[in-house]
Amino acid sequence: MKLTMLWYLVPSIIMFVCGIYGFMTRKNLIAILISLELMLNSADLNFVIFNRYLFPGSMEGMIFTLFAVALAAAETAVAIAIIINIYRAVGSTDINEVKQMKF
Amino acid sequence: MEVTIPILILAIPIFMFLLLGLGGVKMSHKVAGILGICGLGTTAALAYIVACTYYFSGDPLFIVDGVRQQYQVFDVTWLAFTQNLVVKIGFLLDPISALMLIVITTISFMVHLYSWGYMEGEKGFQRYYAFLSLFTFSMLGLVVATNIFQMYIFWELVGVSSYLLIGFFYKLPSAVSASKKAFIVTRFADLGFLIGILLLSYYTDTFNFVELTQNPELVLGTTGGATYMGASVLTWAMVLIFSGGMGKSAMMPLHIWLPDAMEGPTPVSALIHAATMVVAGVYLVARLFPVYCVVDFSLTFICCVGAITAFYAAMVACAQTDIKRILAFSTISQIAFMMVSIGVAYDKPIEGMHYSGLGYMAGMFHLFTHAMFKALLFLGAGALIHAVHSNEYTAMGGLRKYMPITHWTFLIGCLAIAGIWPFAGFFSKDEMLAAMFNRHWFWGAWMTMVAGLTAFYMFRLYFLVFWGKENPHYKEHRPHDGPWVMSLPLILLAGVSICAGWIPFGEFVTWNGEPYHIHIEAPVACTSLIVAVAAIILAAIMYMKPNSLPAKFKNAVPALWTAANRRFYWDEIYQFITHKIIFGIICKSIAWFDRHVIDATMDGFAKITQSLSFRIRGMQSGQIQGYVGWYITGAVVIAAIAWLCFA
Repeated sequence: MKLTMLWYLVPSIIMFVCGIYGFMTRKNLIAILISLELMLNSADLNFVIFNRYLFPGSMEGMIFTLFAVALAAAETAVAIAIIINIYRAVGSTDINEVKQMKF
Repeated sequence: MEVTIPILILAIPIFMFLLLGLGGVKMSHKVAGILGICGLGTTAALAYIVACTYYFSGDPLFIVDGVRQQYQVFDVTWLAFTQNLVVKIGFLLDPISALMLIVITTISFMVHLYSWGYMEGEKGFQRYYAFLSLFTFSMLGLVVATNIFQMYIFWELVGVSSYLLIGFFYKLPSAVSASKKAFIVTRFADLGFLIGILLLSYYTDTFNFVELTQNPELVLGTTGGATYMGASVLTWAMVLIFSGGMGKSAMMPLHIWLPDAMEGPTPVSALIHAATMVVAGVYLVARLFPVYCVVDFSLTFICCVGAITAFYAAMVACAQTDIKRILAFSTISQIAFMMVSIGVAYDKPIEGMHYSGLGYMAGMFHLFTHAMFKALLFLGAGALIHAVHSNEYTAMGGLRKYMPITHWTFLIGCLAIAGIWPFAGFFSKDEMLAAMFNRHWFWGAWMTMVAGLTAFYMFRLYFLVFWGKENPHYKEHRPHDGPWVMSLPLILLAGVSICAGWIPFGEFVTWNGEPYHIHIEAPVACTSLIVAVAAIILAAIMYMKPNSLPAKFKNAVPALWTAANRRFYWDEIYQFITHKIIFGIICKSIAWFDRHVIDATMDGFAKITQSLSFRIRGMQSGQIQGYVGWYITGAVVIAAIAWLCFA
């Protein structure tokens, strides 16, 4: 059995859909953040897969993934900081408590 | 010629304006007045030097084989629109600009001196002198302009200074509205002037007066016979340029601003609204005279406008009660006289005329003499107002015993304007009438009638003010002559008004610079003299002693008298046109369109946007997960569409 691109893409899409599901159903901000990371990692995975199978000679996808991972780390730090501040202000990390920013 | 003196002539007044305008607040009245008078005295001396050099030096730059030349002392580029179309600022010396240098600086100096006494103690004395300097600068710049664009610039500047000086007593609502009226009416006329300049320069590719007037036939060739509404483009251009002159020189129907301009201080009326600025229109026609000659119809148009205006203004002057208004209408009439005189002149010989350019010379001669005696009359009127504190002749009467200097000088002014030998007005008026009779008997007869009316209304004024019944208030407040600074200009100007007629004017100013020897035409001179004397006698019978004749005359033709008193309802006509037609109908409908169509469209857009946003604002719920749901749905739908379309 040959290991085609599909074998890699299917787990990636499963990961992505899990991320969406988690993002839409979780109530805890931390859990939502984790779901977000899941989606981001699935996208990173796609970069690597396409680079490996479609442009085997080059390395751009790999390097870009490294960048994305680094950025994700930074972004997580900012998100955590925001969540901590929300917790201090509202006293909870429940997303239903944070609905002030509306019309 | 050195350029220093001509530059100084322009530089000193503008420097005085800046000095007195910016630093005047810090000065005392005395310092400001002395500075203003000295500055203008220097300018006048320099202008006399330049004019005398031009007329008498015999330098080949100025005169070749007895023909006076046009000489550009300097002409520097100021604005370059294209390669050919360049606006320059320069200093042109020719017979008429040298003449105007003398007229302007003389009158301006007299007025500066006179104002020292007349405006004494007024608030804003320094500002007044600053504005006078600004005006003198602008007027000098106007007359020495080398090109029509420079003339236009200074033309607007004299308009501004006139506006500032009419509104000098800015706390009086009448002065404020008079200044606005003067500015708007002349500005409206200048719109035509500007269009005329653009038309002329578009076709001829030049603004320069020397180029335009040396070969006027070339101007004709440039348009290629372009016409507009039945008249050639050049006719339109020259008539439009003349419309600027009609505004400044208060020709009908743009004369309405000048009588109101009398709200300004009286010396200002003498300087701007009698002697210098209002003759700018005559000067403009004289400046472009050769071009007017080659363009069909334009000189006839000038003649007609002048003849109608002269008669109209003379009629109105007979029925006014404000002495300054009488003088204002007299000014309008006299300027119209000059216009007709230049209008009957022609640059080529005409059959049956020994000298076709006579009208031009006579018009400029009258401009010169009129400036002197009209300034004298206005300054005399100023002395009367200064003594009696009223503009109405009803507050005066019998003043000859109280104010002898004013009386005698005013009488000389009246005799001069009426055209009595040997006063200045006789000679210039005789030349003008001779030119008119030579061209066509109609012009001569018509203008002789106007000259008779002139003599009548001037002596009506004279007798009403200096003879007749004394005002009982004299006992409490005894009128007297002004201080010497006010009397001296009166005496000097009276002297000029007596002698100026003997100047061999034709030797100095003619349309082409060739000398012309003036000689009195006996039939014309006798006719005009008889008419003038008859008019004076009539005025004496009616007004010298209080009697019932004026009232009888008034009651015989009440409609005519009222109409003349109300200036034949021109102000009412303008009021009707501007307020009822322009504001009431045109502006109102435009305002309706603006409010109900343009504004309403914009309001409609805003309202639709607002109601839509109220409807969909529920989507902005604040629940992030809701947004994500919408986002994903949208992404899936777009992906599905893309897949359906492209796969």
